[in-house]
Amino acid sequence: MFQSDYIILVIGMGFVTYLTRWIPLSVLAGRKLPGWLIEWLDLIPAAILSALLLPLLVTTGEPRHIELFRPELLVAIPTFLFALKTKSLAGTVILGMLLFWLAGKIM
Amino acid sequence: MPSKVESDIRTEITQGLAAAWPVCLGYVPLGLAFGVLAQKAGLHPLQIGFMSLLVFAGSAQFIAISMLSSGAAITSIIFTTLMVNLRHLLMSSALSVYLTRAKRIVLPLFAYGITDESFAVNLSKFKYSNWNIKRALVVNHASNISWIASTVAGGYSGQFIPAKAFGIDYALISMFICLLIFQLRGRKYIITAIIAGASAVILSVTVPGNSYIILASILAATLGVVLRKWIKKV
Repeated sequence: MFQSDYIILVIGMGFVTYLTRWIPLSVLAGRKLPGWLIEWLDLIPAAILSALLLPLLVTTGEPRHIELFRPELLVAIPTFLFALKTKSLAGTVILGMLLFWLAGKIM
Repeated sequence: MPSKVESDIRTEITQGLAAAWPVCLGYVPLGLAFGVLAQKAGLHPLQIGFMSLLVFAGSAQFIAISMLSSGAAITSIIFTTLMVNLRHLLMSSALSVYLTRAKRIVLPLFAYGITDESFAVNLSKFKYSNWNIKRALVVNHASNISWIASTVAGGYSGQFIPAKAFGIDYALISMFICLLIFQLRGRKYIITAIIAGASAVILSVTVPGNSYIILASILAATLGVVLRKWIKKV
């Protein structure tokens, strides 16, 4: 690939990515939003986090398929309980990494 | 003796970095992996850094590299990038609720750094603590620096850190687990999260690509709003 083509590609990718990040902020920030929309946006974080997380735990491969008995899911259970109990982000990250590392040694 | 302004800036930076470190740490293995792949696809470390600086979106960058290797057209790579990153529309919308009092001039800079991970950290912080746009900007830019540095390092040599060392691959997953728990403050959030997680798993194995994230989130939040009266009664 020619250097100039690569530069055009990266600028194009950067531009469309930036639009998805910038448009809602520029349109919505500082505006009075209808109640249902605030309620909807309030549920979005829990929805996105769960939608990001669950497939990482129970699916794998290409093409993707469901596989339950993976270290990702097994380690997630104690990590989840620890997070629920302590509400400590740093502690949860460290414990999760430690358990996943140990699981890699054992399994 | 440091002036008041200096110590204020120092506080914002310290607070921001204290929130950003799990993200920065989690980006290292991802960034190294990306750099190695990109280098194998024929990119120079400087080209890798250029992409990480302008795009700053992990999954889109991985997809772009695999499309580049298979000889895809520039326009189709750009279009795919747009589709993969549509989920940022939701994150940016959710963050906008907390930025009504922020100076409008810094919003374009803030928008640049919205990723899955910085969004998750900043959103919890805005909701539960005395957070402001300056600290949020520190989170975004610290993550950005970590991403750029690790992708470039991966481009020079992917062999610095052996794969799977110290369970570092699990840093982002455990961060998501804890941030999700912060969000589950009542029945409607728990039900929404269950719907989102279950539909994301089903969609992820039936629909190619990562559109499942945005589809499942919209479905779950919409059902959560529609069913809210019923949820309150249960």
